Amino acid sequence: MARLCQEANFQLGEDVLKAFSMAGEKELSLTGKEILKLLAANAEVARSESVPMCQDTGFTVVFIELGQDIHITGGGLEDAVNEGVRRGYREGYLRKSIVGHPLERKNTGDNTPAVIHTRLALGDKLKIIVAPKGGGSENMSAIKMLKPADGVEGVKKFVLETVQAAGPNPCPPIVVGVGIGGTFEKAALLAKEALLREVGVPSPRPDIAALEQELLELINKLGIGPQGLGGSTTALAVHVEIYPAHIASLPVAVNINCHASRHKEAEL
Amino acid sequence: MTQIRLTTPLTEETAEKLRIGQRVAINGVIYTGRDAAHHKLIELLDSGRELPVNLQGQIIYYVGPSPTKPGQIIGSAGPTTSGRMDAYTPRLLVQGLKGMIGKGKRSPEVVSAMKQYKAVYFAAIGGAAAIISKCIKSCRVVAYPELGPEAIHELIVEDLPVIVVNDTLGGDLYEEGSKIYATK
Repeated sequence: MARLCQEANFQLGEDVLKAFSMAGEKELSLTGKEILKLLAANAEVARSESVPMCQDTGFTVVFIELGQDIHITGGGLEDAVNEGVRRGYREGYLRKSIVGHPLERKNTGDNTPAVIHTRLALGDKLKIIVAPKGGGSENMSAIKMLKPADGVEGVKKFVLETVQAAGPNPCPPIVVGVGIGGTFEKAALLAKEALLREVGVPSPRPDIAALEQELLELINKLGIGPQGLGGSTTALAVHVEIYPAHIASLPVAVNINCHASRHKEAEL
Repeated sequence: MTQIRLTTPLTEETAEKLRIGQRVAINGVIYTGRDAAHHKLIELLDSGRELPVNLQGQIIYYVGPSPTKPGQIIGSAGPTTSGRMDAYTPRLLVQGLKGMIGKGKRSPEVVSAMKQYKAVYFAAIGGAAAIISKCIKSCRVVAYPELGPEAIHELIVEDLPVIVVNDTLGGDLYEEGSKIYATK
């Protein structure tokens, strides 16, 4: 856990680096091109010097896939995760960004607790994904309960409105996670899970892959650009996840990630 | 594109010459401050007391750095979202603050106060925190050590790269820049 927290913050994924360089070739703004180069250089410094690529080392969001044949002994799994976060953030000189009470706002001092999502799976493996999430981009995320009659056009409109309203704040170029369907909380979780996908890998569903591509093109026509200073690269990728919905509902959640799209995983 | 080198403190004349889109390399002393420190500064002003730093001609950098590793001057130190400071900013502009460095949009109130008090807002590159920290040559806490990363630090910077987003004419690069590249 501790190692994953640090690696996620020090080592930007090859998928994101590749997306920077591809976007840099197409970017129309000269400033935008330079920013993309600078972000790649920043990632290189972070990796080689083992320092965080961004000072906001995030809320530690942890996804666990727990094989149902496993029996965990010697203490609680969530306690173990939090202990890993504690150690990883202390020993890695990562910023502690969590307050213990949302209204009283006193820092817990060790970046705990993590937000932990656990899912049961077949087999006897334990998979852990650590995805530190920055506050600036999380703050620009949104959810809306659309009417089924709003359909795909309503979904597109809401995604574009959310990205437009976010403007420069979430540190574009962004990665946009969209969750469509399920219930209120399921849609939000789908949007978060969408951010775990390797940047630019399309959905295996052809209809959703086409929607992702269309949304990416529409977003990049907004002109927001790298850092919001104008340009043709506002998003590096749009990832959409779907789930069955109630006959009365069409929930849509948009979870925005900054360009420091961080996640590391391990399997035990 | 050419870069303008500036050394703090900024005079009104210097601030007035800057225009949106210009690249600026900042040198000299700047101060850090984010939500909690701003809150405390405004409390002092409300009670009629003196601020712990004289803001005349100064620049505040909105940053909460990551912890300093042994051998480092400062941890990673990129800009945080400036909009959270909007409610406090006009009061500090009255105190003579001439520049702010952060990322993201400012409120119409702040943009108009910048026009009135002749101050500018610069964007640093959000998420380029590891590289930015290399421009910081010294760092010491000057107020509110109890706030940890949110304490007010005095930084000495060398060629800290920023871009003018709001100038003293009321210009806004975020609006103008995206208009240029927006397509139907």
